[in-house]
Amino acid sequence: MPKKVHVQTTINGEAVEYLCEPRQSLLEVLRDVLHLTGAKEGCNNGNCGACSVILDGRLVNSCLVLGAELEGKSLETIEGLAEPEQLHPIQDAFLENAALQCGICTPGFIMAAKALLDQNPNPTEHEIRYWLAGNLCRCTGYDKIVRAVQDAAQTTS
Amino acid sequence: MAEKKDYKVVGTRPIRHDGVDKVTGRALYGADFQTVGLLHGKVLRSPHAHARIKSIDTSRAEAHPGVRAVVTAKDFPAVEDKIADLGEGAANVKDLQDNVLAGDKALYKGHQVAAVAAIDPHTAEEALELIDVEYEVLPPVIKVLDAMKEDAPLLHEDMHTDEMGEKSEKPSNIAAHFQHKQGDPEKGYAEADVVVEQEYTTETVHQGYIEPHNATALYNPDGQLTIWCSTQGAFAVRGQVSEILQIPVSKVKVVPMEIGGGFGGKINVYIKPIAAMLSMKTGKPVKVLMSRADVFEGTGPTPGSYVRVKMGATNDGRITAAEAYLAFEAGAYPGSPVGAAAFCVFSPYKVENGTVDGYDVVVNKPKTAAYRAPGATNAAFAAETVIDEICEKIGMDPLEFRILNSATEGDIRIDGPPAPRVGFIETVEAAKDHPHYSAPLEGENVGRGVASGYWPNFGMKSSVSINVTADGTISLVEGSTDIGGTRASIAMQAAEVLGIPAESVTPTVADTDSVGYTDVTGGSRTAFATGYAAYEAAQDVKQQMIERAAKLWEVDAGEVQFADGVFSSVNGKEQEIDFKGLAERLDETGGPVVGRGTADPSQPGPSIGLHVVDVEVDPDTGKIQILRYTATQDAGKAIHPSYVEGQIQGGAVQGIGWALNEEYIYNEKGEMTNASFLDYRIPTCLDLPMIDAVIVEVPNPGHPFGVRGVGETPIIAPPAAIANAVYRATGVRLKELPMSPGRVLKAMGKI
Repeated sequence: MPKKVHVQTTINGEAVEYLCEPRQSLLEVLRDVLHLTGAKEGCNNGNCGACSVILDGRLVNSCLVLGAELEGKSLETIEGLAEPEQLHPIQDAFLENAALQCGICTPGFIMAAKALLDQNPNPTEHEIRYWLAGNLCRCTGYDKIVRAVQDAAQTTS
Repeated sequence: MAEKKDYKVVGTRPIRHDGVDKVTGRALYGADFQTVGLLHGKVLRSPHAHARIKSIDTSRAEAHPGVRAVVTAKDFPAVEDKIADLGEGAANVKDLQDNVLAGDKALYKGHQVAAVAAIDPHTAEEALELIDVEYEVLPPVIKVLDAMKEDAPLLHEDMHTDEMGEKSEKPSNIAAHFQHKQGDPEKGYAEADVVVEQEYTTETVHQGYIEPHNATALYNPDGQLTIWCSTQGAFAVRGQVSEILQIPVSKVKVVPMEIGGGFGGKINVYIKPIAAMLSMKTGKPVKVLMSRADVFEGTGPTPGSYVRVKMGATNDGRITAAEAYLAFEAGAYPGSPVGAAAFCVFSPYKVENGTVDGYDVVVNKPKTAAYRAPGATNAAFAAETVIDEICEKIGMDPLEFRILNSATEGDIRIDGPPAPRVGFIETVEAAKDHPHYSAPLEGENVGRGVASGYWPNFGMKSSVSINVTADGTISLVEGSTDIGGTRASIAMQAAEVLGIPAESVTPTVADTDSVGYTDVTGGSRTAFATGYAAYEAAQDVKQQMIERAAKLWEVDAGEVQFADGVFSSVNGKEQEIDFKGLAERLDETGGPVVGRGTADPSQPGPSIGLHVVDVEVDPDTGKIQILRYTATQDAGKAIHPSYVEGQIQGGAVQGIGWALNEEYIYNEKGEMTNASFLDYRIPTCLDLPMIDAVIVEVPNPGHPFGVRGVGETPIIAPPAAIANAVYRATGVRLKELPMSPGRVLKAMGKI
């Protein structure tokens, strides 16, 4: 077994350190080492977006980042989005718009939507569709997801 | 039987009960399950589409550091060659076993051959490379018409065609042929002014759920097996694992975790028995997860098919005769959905003279599984485009043609039984009245098409129990795994009966030891049948609560009324108490109240929809763009309209993907060459417009609130509707799915 790497990083605003194998992806580290299972594995090759997280302000697929690369960086995951007594407005909008069915893609979509609204608080429908095209949903046909992001944009802007 | 119409809860849009868990990432899906001492399993798959397995040597893998066990088909218990009833459909137990781990032959690329349990997933993966399998590669057969040829390579040397009950003399890849017939088609064609006959082909497509299959199994020394997994039916997993491993059902407990999509594809078991076998060998819990490529290559997609439809009609638009020839790829073992296709092909219409022939054919592809209205989409692509051609030839509006030829309740179908009531004309009228249908089409290379889709829906068995809580709420325990919001739609039906808000119900999906037998979440049955069981359980609670009120007031139960959530007595002095007030007083009237309900309803009530689509076809690239989409559907009664719309929108988009892009692409060796979400391209949100879902409500007399299942129907119409729109845009009729750019350009004569 290869020697493990020691990583010090920031996840959802808190200092975190862990050991991981050099070959482990960030997605594996999140799920298997840190037990943050909100990021999901749908394809493990960057095509479905179910493992979307925000790394130093940038939306990434955690299956395409190595766990060892997190050293000194700052990561946002779905687990850090809600306040103890209050969901994030994007989370509320997904619930109110019934924008999920099975829910497996939902954490990824919410993180992708957050990354969009962080940099573009008033996106057009086309901009929302363009931005979210890296996230696959097989249940909803996307209609209610796009509407939820439109609603969330209204609430947050 | 449909009750009153002024519902308090039914028809509203509450937040789903599992919503917060699912938007915060806290909901636990199968792959999220963790336990102490977990080992990780990986599966070795056949690299060949068709090969005899001459030997398997696992010794090098077993010696690899960190490996704890290896299993092959030799580890299976002996089973009889028998058909087992597995809840939804039946299957030969030998075939089930052979599909889980190949015996003498590997029958498709991706067929599971051996599996390893090791201390971590990477070590297990390393060990797979150390398993030595000697194959004798055989010629594969991939397409249904090739497999039907006399000289085709045989998958099963001992399989003979079941020809309407008689077995063929020679072995064949054709597992079965059946025929439905009524009237005299030749006489019908003689009466016709126009006869259209066309051939269609469709390719293998996958359900494409985002969550890969997963299973964690733990076998205890006392013989008790527990499996944590994502599944459409915990009891279906229990039944299959019990048969495959020859363990009594009472010794198998299946704990359904949250499920990330299924669409029919998470009923059959693949890695669940393997996780169990690895746990039996190691005495440790073993978790097995599929990769995306495993899912494409190793789990059941829906069949490729060849369909020929012939239809005759008079100039005034009356169908005089219709015939369908349906040949479906079953995959490696018999059991394609050609029966359902034969049932659905002409279902919306009154056809007095007709024949339907169905062929179930094995090919070197994964054994097909259910996929949303299995079979119906392949059939409707053919029948609904033939109808469009007839409408064009006789100069009739395609919606008028459908209204004119709609089957009415009691019309005898080609396959024998009378047609039940369904709102076909109502969905067509809804489409006609929708602003989309009369909106002008602007620009060049654009066209509008319509098509219908019909699905019979299923009832089957469900169980629900309800516990009344002292604060006036109820906990509802159900056996239906929740794929798309059915916790809410089932809870709402109980809430309606008890006059409490939807939020006062806490629904739980229970394991197989904790709830009564419940069939799969499939067949569009869950809101219908498990909802029915919840209705019955709530009625049981209501009756017990009436008795408690009577006890409180010292009157006869017959003197207590219940309406709008309030119990009252008019005899003696007037008294009333609401559900919450009475729930607080259960302890002084006899203790807990537990209601139970079971259902096996016989009238699921079919569902039908009419889709309207506008497309633009790029004449240079052949790319079809969906400009506008409207889908109407008879939902009977929409319990939670948002989730009904969601089913319609999601089903329509799966149909759009099937129509435009999706297909298994095979090379000459029979290998799938596009087993990733990059190359097997499902629709993204950038490919689509909003999908306008129009709910039509013609109550189903077979359900207390009039519910019809809605999940499957919306996938059926899109390919035909889009093909009809493409014809209007280009003057070319597409007869192959998917209508990918290359096929469009070819049909247009450009390449």
